[in-house]
Amino acid sequence: MAIIEAYELSKKFKTLKAVDDVSFHINEGEVFGFLGPNGAGKTTTINMLCTLLVPTSGGATVNGYDIIKQRSDVRRSIGLVFQDPTLDDYLTGEQNLLFHAYAYGVPPAERKKRISELLELVELSDRRKSKVSTYSGGMKRRLELVRGLLHRPQILFLDEPTLGLDPQTRRYIWDYVLSLRQQEKLTIFLTTHYMDEAENCDRIAIIDYGQVVALDTPENLKDSMGGDLVTLEAEDTKQAALELQERHNLSAQIRDESVIFSVPHSDTFLPDFVRNFHSRITSISVRRPTLDDVFLKLTGHAIREQKVDLVDQMRTIMGQSVGRGPMGRGPMGRPPM
Amino acid sequence: MWVIAYRDLLRFTQERSRLIASIAMPLMFLVIFGAGFNRMIGNMAPGVDFIQFMYPGIIAMTALMNSLQSGLSIVWDREFGFLKEVLVAPLSRIGIVLGKATGTAIIALGQGFIMLALAPVIGVKLNAMIILKLIPILIIVSIMISSLGILIASRMRSQQGFQMLIMILIMPLVFLSGVFFPVNNVPTWLEVVSKINPLTYGVDAIRQVFLSTSLSSTGDTIAGVGVTVLGYTMTILDDILVVAGLGAILLLLAVWFFSKQE
Repeated sequence: MAIIEAYELSKKFKTLKAVDDVSFHINEGEVFGFLGPNGAGKTTTINMLCTLLVPTSGGATVNGYDIIKQRSDVRRSIGLVFQDPTLDDYLTGEQNLLFHAYAYGVPPAERKKRISELLELVELSDRRKSKVSTYSGGMKRRLELVRGLLHRPQILFLDEPTLGLDPQTRRYIWDYVLSLRQQEKLTIFLTTHYMDEAENCDRIAIIDYGQVVALDTPENLKDSMGGDLVTLEAEDTKQAALELQERHNLSAQIRDESVIFSVPHSDTFLPDFVRNFHSRITSISVRRPTLDDVFLKLTGHAIREQKVDLVDQMRTIMGQSVGRGPMGRGPMGRPPM
Repeated sequence: MWVIAYRDLLRFTQERSRLIASIAMPLMFLVIFGAGFNRMIGNMAPGVDFIQFMYPGIIAMTALMNSLQSGLSIVWDREFGFLKEVLVAPLSRIGIVLGKATGTAIIALGQGFIMLALAPVIGVKLNAMIILKLIPILIIVSIMISSLGILIASRMRSQQGFQMLIMILIMPLVFLSGVFFPVNNVPTWLEVVSKINPLTYGVDAIRQVFLSTSLSSTGDTIAGVGVTVLGYTMTILDDILVVAGLGAILLLLAVWFFSKQE
């Protein structure tokens, strides 16, 4: 049963079409992922589904409510954890949760109990009365996670939930998320450019330049690669590619000095190929396809190319700094009086 | 709506430095200018010396400056991302703006009262009537100014622009609103600017509350220190109407612009 349906969703910013006719549906109880590089349109899509942005065209329903006409209802059904922290640093952890409880109309009788429960769950109970500015990046993320769940939403939106966090915290967050999904019967929609996160999803949509280029389970996507991935280094890569095409009808990509192609049953294929190849082969490696390979094949470029995004670097630094208050965040200084 | 006001109050009470700073500047003006200028200036009008003239203005100024800062604090929220949490919650946009205005009004009232506590020290007479009349006026003025702040903040994206704006906007608005000198006896250009300035009417209203009960309010007195527009001298009621009217407009505009966030 579809709990989110998007049809021809588009968002245009002046001349840039950030999201281009995106359609998909998400089933209740699924963990659904949007996989793609920075700038692909993932955050924009989530923002539209969460009613923070109005689509330029197309529409969607979330939990049965229209995102344009029934905004409040949509908001009550969803919980969000954003890429960048959206906590009030000057309030305590508990106060932040209280604010959320009031804002979402959590009944008074349930408030205290729920807050305590959730703080326990992410092991923040002992820090509940401390100001959020004293929390580490991981703690803030955990707080935001349970804040998103405070009002028992049907759907949880996670926008790059583990970006900028160290591997251990990332694993913790994922464990929490998955256990929460069991306990609370949630549907989870997440965006990421980490392949390993995408692997955890029931289904993923691969998005690039605002368009959905694939939508399926991770397994199916990998199977669609046509077998094992072989990376071959040879003296004459063009020759190798040519031979693969003409002799075996296999299309190959040439990257740097390697020839990359897919073939089922590489264990029997390769010995023959090598024997019949006319030039020298310097190395061969074989592996099961990953989602990055899928992405590469579908779009012609890797998910994380060349330079690491400057914003990502900033995020990593900020995520790792133990909260030192506004000073620790960068050149922002104290708030005005 | 109340949740927003509640948060503002929480924040305010927790930031001790902010508490003190919000009163410090107006207080400084009062004390320094008062002591400095009082003898030199003599009576502004029968029975009204400079300090007595300035004092209500200072109260107004406290309310003014802080309300504006409060409204502008939305820019701060945006920088820190908290604004997103507010926007994505099922809160009506009107509620959010009103909540901010209300929280501001309550804080402004509080500050006003602190300033009032100084009245006996200054030598200004107080009584229950004055206080009672002041409450609604302060509230209305505060709402008007914070709406202005919110309006500006909804359009602004950066910290730097915001700082610059404080300088360019707040200073002239406050100084040209009759806090320090009556707006009737000044060069024409000054007079015009002051009379366009909505703050002027807020200041006048507050001042008249004080003056009308502490001395025989002859027509001359009021004319001397009040505000005359096109030959018509503003009474308290007129002032309040102007402020309330403008406040309503600004509030509506603030809600409108705020909703256009998305």
